[in-house]
Amino acid sequence: MKPFENVKSIVTPLDMVNVDTDQIIPKQFLKLVQKSGFGKFLFFNWRYDENKNIKSDFILNDSKYDGSKILVAGDNFGCGSSREHAVWALDDYGFSVIISSSFADIFFSNCFKNGILPISLDPKIVEKLLQETNYVEVDLENQIIRTSSENISFEINSHKKKILLEGLDDIAQTFEFEDNIRAFEEKSTVPSVL
Amino acid sequence: MGKTLFEKIWESHIVVEKQNEPDLIYIDRHLVHEVTSPQAFDGLRMNNRKVRRPDLTIATMDHNVPTTDRSLPMLDETSSIQIKTLENNCKDFGIKLFDINSPNQGIVHVIGPQLGITLPGSTIVCGDSHTSTHGAFGALALGIGTSEVEHVLASQTLWLEKPKTFEVRVEGKRKNTHAVTAKDIILSIIKNIGTAGGTGTVIEYRGEGISDLSMDQRMTICNMSIEGGARAGLIAPDEKTFDYLRNREYTPKNYESLVDSWRDDLKTDSDATFDKQFILDINDITPQVSWGTNPGMTCDVDEPIPSPDEFSNGDPNQKKGAEKALEYMDLKPGTMIEDIKIDRVFIGSCTNARLEDLIEASKIIQGQKVASNVSAMVVPGSQMVKKQAEEMGLDKIFTDANFEWREAGCSMCLGMNPDILSPGERCASTSNRNFEGRQGNGGRTHLVSPVMAAAAAINGHFVDVRKLDLN
Repeated sequence: MKPFENVKSIVTPLDMVNVDTDQIIPKQFLKLVQKSGFGKFLFFNWRYDENKNIKSDFILNDSKYDGSKILVAGDNFGCGSSREHAVWALDDYGFSVIISSSFADIFFSNCFKNGILPISLDPKIVEKLLQETNYVEVDLENQIIRTSSENISFEINSHKKKILLEGLDDIAQTFEFEDNIRAFEEKSTVPSVL
Repeated sequence: MGKTLFEKIWESHIVVEKQNEPDLIYIDRHLVHEVTSPQAFDGLRMNNRKVRRPDLTIATMDHNVPTTDRSLPMLDETSSIQIKTLENNCKDFGIKLFDINSPNQGIVHVIGPQLGITLPGSTIVCGDSHTSTHGAFGALALGIGTSEVEHVLASQTLWLEKPKTFEVRVEGKRKNTHAVTAKDIILSIIKNIGTAGGTGTVIEYRGEGISDLSMDQRMTICNMSIEGGARAGLIAPDEKTFDYLRNREYTPKNYESLVDSWRDDLKTDSDATFDKQFILDINDITPQVSWGTNPGMTCDVDEPIPSPDEFSNGDPNQKKGAEKALEYMDLKPGTMIEDIKIDRVFIGSCTNARLEDLIEASKIIQGQKVASNVSAMVVPGSQMVKKQAEEMGLDKIFTDANFEWREAGCSMCLGMNPDILSPGERCASTSNRNFEGRQGNGGRTHLVSPVMAAAAAINGHFVDVRKLDLN
């Protein structure tokens, strides 16, 4: 996994609550067997109408936000389906930070597996960031969001922070505990399936 | 201090415990399907890794399989590639697969319990959010993403932060057992706690209103835990649980001795405490119908659709969400639920496509015809459910009424296969999500119980099933 690098960009304000993963990446794109190339399908049904014409009123279709790396959205972002394709699509589109007042659990966990930083903030601060039109800098090392007018600190579990900053491979780390896993298996009483 | 059932299962599965970091948790059962696994197997190949415990891993294909005649070739090439990919991956890594022609094929959360693969007190994962279904057996069952699927394939473990505990207690004895169903109980719970009410928690469903339920009904409850935002939902196992799993195809040989230990161990201690609690009386629950674009946007069948102001309790963001939902659903506040006409009916999904669901729906259908403006289908949850239903003659009841009777799969719950709504179509669906476009771009979904869906099919609009004679 690529290590997380600090980000400086304008924010894309997606002023909606309960944005579910069916919206982030609709089901017709889940048939692909690779991880790459999902960015063009991000929010597909909100970006395009039934005839594949661009819906001009959707925020991602406003060229002002081209190149933005920070998505700000309302409460309970990423709810619903466990599809990691949602995170692959956000990543491939160019977002590396998602800010919301709360995230659904599986989506939140999926972010860290792909080098995306989800930041949970007080709803009032999220409201302010939804209005922010200047460049915003996200500094993970120091856990600070710098806007044109203030510095906003954010919380992150130290373990998760390390994973992002070092771009650690989860599985390789787990293999260091091979002895523990084997010891557990020796005393486990759960029968095998076959 | 006593422990909750969840805490007992968690603690008995800790492989590595560290201060202020996630625990490494052992996984007893890993269920795999075609949609969320290809990239995980690719990851193993790229790093030259094996599947650690193929003997604890089971695969089937359910999400994008056609539900029509399976002797015909699949028309959708990308779906076909994904299914072929799963076949190849299972062969390469030595995993048992119930393929499209297997009598054991079906929705992964329907076949696990039916085959005796789901066990009380075990940890179960699957790359699917409705894995919570298996919690009905007192298992800790978690939906995971594809990276975690890869992690479990490689190590049979997961790094997990310990969730908080949430008691949802359903008190009282259900009076109208046919009209007020498990689906209505769980929709009521979600309506009350909200779609993020359970975030970061594992729910334990307790109380007489839960223990009275059959296993099929308990699965409906636990299935939709994720719709309330919970990491998992579970119900303490009892004799109904143990009876259900006895003599299944994969029931362990030492089953009775396992049952003896489960009987003693798998319950929440009387002096245990939960981090959060919600209580409701079962006799306050009526048939439920969702009107919006998330499962929390639900009301009683005899209520009008709420105005966004009423729905949001003054929260401007929720109000905006409700306004957008009503616009998408083409509904107006104040409209009575029974006045809403429907175009399609879908009886299926991991929520409500088990034998009991089909039996209950068939009682409404028997001797009737689907309304002329409605097209309706039944998609059994597994080939085994389909066979059992056919042995009881249920298929005939449905087809005589002009329902389509299909092969097993996820089908129109998420519309990855050809079973989808057309733009603007309105569907009474026994599935679990009414998100925008979930059942087809522009389609409008109303979540209901199997009996409510059946009654809507016959009448062409929603009907309060309490008015019908269901005995």
